[in-house]
Amino acid sequence: MPDQALVQKRRWWSSRAVQGAGYATPTAVVVAVFFLAPLGLLVWMSLHEWPILRAPTFNAPDNYTAIADNQLFTDAVMFTLKYTVVTTVVLSLVALGLALLIQHSRTGVGLFRTAFFLPGAIGLAATSVLFLGFLNGRFGPVDPFLMHLGIIDEPISWVGTPNLALFSTIVLVTWRFAGFNMLILLVGLHAIPLEVYEAARVDGASGWTMLTRITLPLLRPTIALMLIISITGSLVAFDQFFIFTQGRPDNSTITVVMVIFRQAFVKHDLGGAAALSAVLLAALLVLNGFLLRLVRHREA
Amino acid sequence: MRTSIARRAGFYTTCAVLTVLFLLPLAWAGWASLRGRPGSGQASGFGFGNYTKFAHFGEGLARFAYNSTAITVMSVTFTLVVSTLGGYAFGRFDFPGKNALFLATLAILMVPVATILVPLYELLDWIRLSNSLLGVSLTLTMFQLPFAIFMMRNSFEAVPRELEEAAIIDGASSFATLVRVMLPAVRPGLITVGLFAFLASWNDFITPLILLPDSSKHPLPVATFNSATQQFGTIDYGALQAGVMIMAVPSLLLFIVLQRQYVAGFTTGAVK
Repeated sequence: MPDQALVQKRRWWSSRAVQGAGYATPTAVVVAVFFLAPLGLLVWMSLHEWPILRAPTFNAPDNYTAIADNQLFTDAVMFTLKYTVVTTVVLSLVALGLALLIQHSRTGVGLFRTAFFLPGAIGLAATSVLFLGFLNGRFGPVDPFLMHLGIIDEPISWVGTPNLALFSTIVLVTWRFAGFNMLILLVGLHAIPLEVYEAARVDGASGWTMLTRITLPLLRPTIALMLIISITGSLVAFDQFFIFTQGRPDNSTITVVMVIFRQAFVKHDLGGAAALSAVLLAALLVLNGFLLRLVRHREA
Repeated sequence: MRTSIARRAGFYTTCAVLTVLFLLPLAWAGWASLRGRPGSGQASGFGFGNYTKFAHFGEGLARFAYNSTAITVMSVTFTLVVSTLGGYAFGRFDFPGKNALFLATLAILMVPVATILVPLYELLDWIRLSNSLLGVSLTLTMFQLPFAIFMMRNSFEAVPRELEEAAIIDGASSFATLVRVMLPAVRPGLITVGLFAFLASWNDFITPLILLPDSSKHPLPVATFNSATQQFGTIDYGALQAGVMIMAVPSLLLFIVLQRQYVAGFTTGAVK
């Protein structure tokens, strides 16, 4: 009918598509300005010598070739990889243990779950400052307690040797993130139907068999998710090493992101820092792509 | 299923020991922040002397707490507004570029904060937002978007069509429908998104560290760290732990109160 067509034409701005686009505009603006633009700028900056005060000059591929000669960076890569592997293993085992422990509903389980997760409510930076005091030989409770037990004779520095510094940091990180990873695993555990366990029990399966033959295989996607999150987070570790170990002892606990930070704000070389960031990002994208494909492959 | 007394006792003992281990550092921090030590802000006994000492570091606690609060309030507000409108769009409308925008938003998950802070530092300068709390808030908002929009989109999709249809029959515009009908229906999602945004913004360290060179704009995490490394001579650990508690208490309280929403957010996130 002609009248209908006229009415519809007049109200083009009230069409669903236009309205939808309108509602999506703030999202588009934030994503474009604060994500896509910086991504592009990252690549652009990495191709220039970009001092903080002077104008940038094109210098590709110098920023990238300089990376190979950057001893601090290569050392940091090795350390970050080592830290990632150890932390991921420790954290996953602890989280899995906790999750299996409290997976069944019982009186008090809610309380325990809250207690294990509570460290996750405070920030990693705050945790790092906390541990500066907690593990301090004269101020914290740990050394006096160990001395009381006769395990050590005098207060020790928990960042005194490279291995000790790594150990202390892993304790810190495990305390902070075990509950978080435990929650991820609990979601997966609760998705396993009880009938599966019932059937196994009827068949006379032992606890260990049920764990290895039923629980873990069914938990694989959840474990994979937890691993991806954990690994990616460890590879970009910053707060705990910047605040707690502060690179000690002797720059042995410096991570890749710390090197980027130093390059940008201590050496005032934004172009070099951008190149380092781009390399890190590319490595992470490749790794994530690889891990995700691994997960999907296994599910098929 | 009946468990033997021995197994139950074993379970509760193990859990109790673990609970103590997990609560110990926080409990100690609270105690140490109040404890008196000669030469510190709290010379003896127990009290808030360490807090007073901490309050006088640099530009003062009031300033740092204000910065943290401003950043957090802005981030949470922006995140809620952008993700509610965006979630409504993705959940209920079709428009050109919908899939591309959704993918671009999710792509943020693939890019860790630290990798684009250097170009962000430069970019914010170009748009006159360098060294500003607003610039930091918008950056933090961006990082919340993948989870927030995913959460809100799902929340909107779950609203029964009949509710909307009733409003449309009454002649309501899509915006009026959003405000009067949809918002109450997606309230749980809003709370979860707000909570995650709060925890992330209040506790963030590296973003304000890099984007706020001016120490008077530092939020609590950066200020507390500076108080640990910028003092000549011995560090006042009591004052430091006071700083830790000031940062931790709001987060802890909020989490305890909104636990259920936090876990609900988790479940959705894990499914994704």
